[in-house]
Amino acid sequence: MSKLNLTRRGVLQTGVVAGAGLTLPTYLRAESHAGFTNAPTGDTVTLGFNVPQSGPYADEGADELRAYELAVEHLNGGGDGGLLNTFSSKALQGNGILGKKVEYVTGDTQTKSDAARASARSMIEKDGAVMITGGSSSGVAVAVQALCQEAGVIFMAGLTHSNDTTGKDKKANGFRHFFNSYMSGAALAPILAANYGNDRKAYHLTADYNWGYTTEEAVRTSTEALGWETVATVLTPLTQTDFSSYITPILQSDADVLVLNHYGGNMVNSLTNAVQFGLRDRMVNGKQFEIVVPLYSRLMAKGAGANVKGIFGSTNWHWSLQDEGSKAFVKSFGTKYGFPPSQAAHTCYVQALLYADAVERGGSFNPCAVGEALKDFEFDGMGNGPTLYRGEDHQCFKDVLVVKGKENPTSEFDLLEIVEITPVSQVTYDASIFGGELGACNPGA
Amino acid sequence: MFGLEKKDARLLILVAVLVAFAPFILNPFPEGSGLAQFNAGYPDLMQRFVIFGIFAIGFNILFGLTGYLSFGHAAFLGVGSYAAMWMMKLLTMNVIPGIVVSVIVAGVFSLAVGWISLRRSGIYFSILTLAFAQMSYSLAYSVLTPLTGGETGLQPKITDPRILDAALAPGATPKANLFGLEMGSSVELGMGSWLFTFNAGYYVAAIVMLVAFYMSIRIFRSPFGMMLRAVKSNQQRLNYTGLNTKPYTLAAFVISGMYAGLAGGLMVAMDTQVGAERMFWTASGEVVLMTILGGVGTLIGPVLGAGAIKYMENILSKINSDILHTWFAFLPDGLEDFVVTLIYPFIGKGWHLTLGLIFMAVVIFLPGGLVEGGQKIAKLFKRKSPVDDSPDGKTTPAE
Repeated sequence: MSKLNLTRRGVLQTGVVAGAGLTLPTYLRAESHAGFTNAPTGDTVTLGFNVPQSGPYADEGADELRAYELAVEHLNGGGDGGLLNTFSSKALQGNGILGKKVEYVTGDTQTKSDAARASARSMIEKDGAVMITGGSSSGVAVAVQALCQEAGVIFMAGLTHSNDTTGKDKKANGFRHFFNSYMSGAALAPILAANYGNDRKAYHLTADYNWGYTTEEAVRTSTEALGWETVATVLTPLTQTDFSSYITPILQSDADVLVLNHYGGNMVNSLTNAVQFGLRDRMVNGKQFEIVVPLYSRLMAKGAGANVKGIFGSTNWHWSLQDEGSKAFVKSFGTKYGFPPSQAAHTCYVQALLYADAVERGGSFNPCAVGEALKDFEFDGMGNGPTLYRGEDHQCFKDVLVVKGKENPTSEFDLLEIVEITPVSQVTYDASIFGGELGACNPGA
Repeated sequence: MFGLEKKDARLLILVAVLVAFAPFILNPFPEGSGLAQFNAGYPDLMQRFVIFGIFAIGFNILFGLTGYLSFGHAAFLGVGSYAAMWMMKLLTMNVIPGIVVSVIVAGVFSLAVGWISLRRSGIYFSILTLAFAQMSYSLAYSVLTPLTGGETGLQPKITDPRILDAALAPGATPKANLFGLEMGSSVELGMGSWLFTFNAGYYVAAIVMLVAFYMSIRIFRSPFGMMLRAVKSNQQRLNYTGLNTKPYTLAAFVISGMYAGLAGGLMVAMDTQVGAERMFWTASGEVVLMTILGGVGTLIGPVLGAGAIKYMENILSKINSDILHTWFAFLPDGLEDFVVTLIYPFIGKGWHLTLGLIFMAVVIFLPGGLVEGGQKIAKLFKRKSPVDDSPDGKTTPAE
């Protein structure tokens, strides 16, 4: 140890400096100031974009982040304005939100609830974010939504398809634009019946986790209502990469439709295996064997390659839609990044704009004011046709796209074609069927 | 003091002071300045520092003393978390029952796992523990969904029974508390442009961590600790002398499992949510990294390692290309882009890469971890002293 030499002069000097430091304007305060958490005080407002930058959904996350950057640019009046021009609400002026310039912080959810919450908490506690958005899985969405409810900020869910997000785990501070398993089932079943007949026997392979269960249930009940029979439902581990052992029993059953309740890499692998086993060339009970994928995304179609040709599924949005909103979005996204956006990018972009618009209309960043502004809000021009943000569960209701793998794709992005746009009335359900309690909005401290 | 030698007491006091003043120490940069990005003094991260500190201290009791490398410690953390969460849902939002039960449940579970895994040593032991952890993870993620909530995990709900708690006020949400003191509540202290946050949850976790640290010192210095070190240096010889080592290793395993459960319970107390990813093998690997990075077999090492890794995970991963551009805005355009391109792979999602490089550097140049680095620096400034032959192993890594 070095020896500590105390001199009278040294002690006095240190004392004076320390004293001066302490007499600087010092005040203690509790967390509350403007009546809600992280009320923006300066001429900027900070939003938190919490997306998976690593892990299995990193591709979706990267696309979401691009969309958010685009949204911030448009909100601050940059670029070509994108969907601000086609959006039915004209509250946004391109001068930020309530005149405050939009700034953002980003974080990595790693598609893990813990990491996502840590990242969101640092945005709220350290960076002063007044809204958190993003995510690419339902587990993360539910976890972060609950956190935002507790902390008193708004959560605008990104890509999350499970019924739970706005069903049993719904929260007053959380909002979802993306569609859900129930809607997929309701939209898909009539198309399947029309194309494949009413007397089919379905075999389900389901990813063994929450989203898989809700999707399987949705597809099963809607197809059974139309006369289909469910032969078997088999759970597959989420980490499974080789599905051969799950395909063989299908060959021995008398099923003539295979439903793959898989997402992402799971779906790519299971579909590829199924095609390799010659399921699609099979004839059972005098009928052609068919495969169905309830939730499609372009990134998945890309992974599965030629195997997706002619396979039905549902999706929230597709860049080949020809309405004004979709065209405007594809144009600004394409100009900035050089390729068309995915559905994850679309839903995130729209969520950012919807939030900004709600703040503008509500006249405050207070989560309760935002919630009030979004409640039963009807809008159009965002690419999905007329849309309703239902007040009972904070879920968006809009048309659902039924798509199928394109037979002759013209580019690496042109992989899906739209079969039908299922009208919103057909996919609407009663808010109480999934249970859960919305609770009251929480503006924080 | 407290039955500690002078040197250990000094270390304990040092740690206590650091922990008490962490809100100041971790927030050295004024709000709004460019460097505020590197401030770590916000409640969530401070809580994580001490909680993962506890986790690593416990892991070090097993790995540092006996040399048994468990690759499944995250399972105990997860089990502790689930136990604490159920206590909160069923009994009360007060954190005490949750934390106590999490330690007990993790202890029982680690007894079962240890009983089987400790039949083997070396790599076979590691693989067995890894297998158990992955099994627990898969069970929690899918099969046990009714109990664990599966993918979406568990959170306190307004409708939970909470038989010991009074009914919630309408519109209120259940919040973790310690006899009414909410874990999330903070007091902020502004000094000029500096802002320091004192969080109730952090100080609760910090006190628990100090107790855990004290117990770890006692274990290190006890005859029991000496026996564990003997296991590490030569288990065979110990066996040949007629000693049965299994009770010692099993006890060490259970103790470190209970530390992990304690960390898990605290995590739930600070942030009322639990998901299965907490038990994934990467989480088990992380605590191994923490311990090695800080210094295996040292007292303070694992805490330092945990702090270093959590700091990088939470601070480095949030720097994006935009922030880089503002930092280097003073450079000419072409050069700015070039510098940003150079640094970009190491920040944001690339923080794993930075961590990997640092880890390699530490393992190659400082096999004793950060603690050895500290010692080397201290030596530079130290006057030549008579040979310091303290056998206590406080600052020297055990191997």
